[in-house]
Amino acid sequence: AAGLSVHPGPFNASEPLTPREDVTHYNNFYEFGLDKADPARLSGGFQPRPWTLTIDGAVARPLTLDVDTLIAGGALESRVYRMRCVEAWSMVIPWDGVPLADILRKAEPQGSAKYVAFQSVVRPDQMPGQRGGLGSLDWPYVEGLRLDEAMNPLSFLALGLYGDLLPNQNGAPLRLVTPWKYGFKGIKSITRITLVSEMPPTTWNRMASNEYGFYANVNPEVDHPRWSQASERIIGSGGFFGETRKPTQMFNGYGAQVAQLYAGMDLRKFY
Amino acid sequence: MSPLSVRGGPSSSLKRWLKSPAARWTLYFVALCPAAWWFWLGAQNRLGADPVRAFEEFLGLWAYRFLLASLLITPLRIAFSINLIVYRRVLGLLCFSYAVMHVLAYLALDLRFDFRIFGDDITKRPFLVFGMLTLLCLSPLALTSTNGAIRRLGRNWKKLHRLAYVALVTASVHFLMAFKTWHTDAALFVAFGMFLLIFRGVRSFQNPKRRRVA
Repeated sequence: AAGLSVHPGPFNASEPLTPREDVTHYNNFYEFGLDKADPARLSGGFQPRPWTLTIDGAVARPLTLDVDTLIAGGALESRVYRMRCVEAWSMVIPWDGVPLADILRKAEPQGSAKYVAFQSVVRPDQMPGQRGGLGSLDWPYVEGLRLDEAMNPLSFLALGLYGDLLPNQNGAPLRLVTPWKYGFKGIKSITRITLVSEMPPTTWNRMASNEYGFYANVNPEVDHPRWSQASERIIGSGGFFGETRKPTQMFNGYGAQVAQLYAGMDLRKFY
Repeated sequence: MSPLSVRGGPSSSLKRWLKSPAARWTLYFVALCPAAWWFWLGAQNRLGADPVRAFEEFLGLWAYRFLLASLLITPLRIAFSINLIVYRRVLGLLCFSYAVMHVLAYLALDLRFDFRIFGDDITKRPFLVFGMLTLLCLSPLALTSTNGAIRRLGRNWKKLHRLAYVALVTASVHFLMAFKTWHTDAALFVAFGMFLLIFRGVRSFQNPKRRRVA
């Protein structure tokens, strides 16, 4: 694949990168199937071009952005982020993309905008997991952030991975990355971003609200009802004897950037 | 009806061998080979991105399958007159072996012997409580699987071994809870398990005298 033109961005994690093969072949992307091997296997027919991203709702200037224009604009930067899945495993991924705040500012959010609602694509003909069946989620996949979370410098819209265009199985053509939150917040193949005044519904919260909260901040103190969140397996670190496990950090180690967003909140209640 | 009666089937010497201890030891050995093979693959980092998780799931799935297989023996005899009773103990022990390896893989490879997490897991989290209950149910069955124990326990042996059905229920709950959503494969296996449970329940209700034919 043709390499993307990017410049180095901030917030680069110092941990060793997860091998590209693992980043692109171990994915939770239920639109393509429930198994982590399904997205790489079954996403070949997905067409991420042409693609537009609509930003609407409580904004002064509703926008429709063309993804290729965004990429060609020369604003892409690279960032190495830790990624902590709610299933207690983690990766370290070199993303290429743009700060979410930059995109939102273009649309000029209005005073009534308190939350940001994200919506993913619905294409059952190209996404076998969307054709229903047992275990299917409600489509489209939806996610949400508080406006101040979305405007935080860490919030990122990724269009590339390892210096190349985002593969289909990783959420082509663009996906959200919020590294202090569990991975499922990172909605993939986004078509619409709507600024709203009320907390929007989110897919996993609708599925099991006792297990997945709106905030979904990485927090070793608040366990998932079915397993501990105190530590995590590092994907791609080796076989049985090489694979390492490490303690999970509060906010996945991004407390310096985001802890102030939650000052005074009971994070056991707002998990 | 002779054991393994299949019309035009194996010759009588093969039939004899299939009833022999050697056949049972062969089954036990062959059925443990995949676990050894997967362990080797995992040690070589050839089980994909998350080898520990893959190995855990593999062991758990086979423990459940062997439980189903051991509980299928009697219904097969009742419904189809296929008598595989000589294999039931081996299948039960295979279930137990895979269940033990499943828990050991979790404790040793996944948690790296973090007993603090393990202790919390098996007391506080229903998903893992049901898993451990299953192992607790299976353990006395494995321990009393010797000929000596069967003789000593007499008719209590059969009563005790109805725990296999309790294990089936707890294992099924654990299996279904292992996924974030309903999972087709798990649901099909569990549905089959529930069919076996209902089959035996109805059977013993209809014909109380047969209750002791465990």
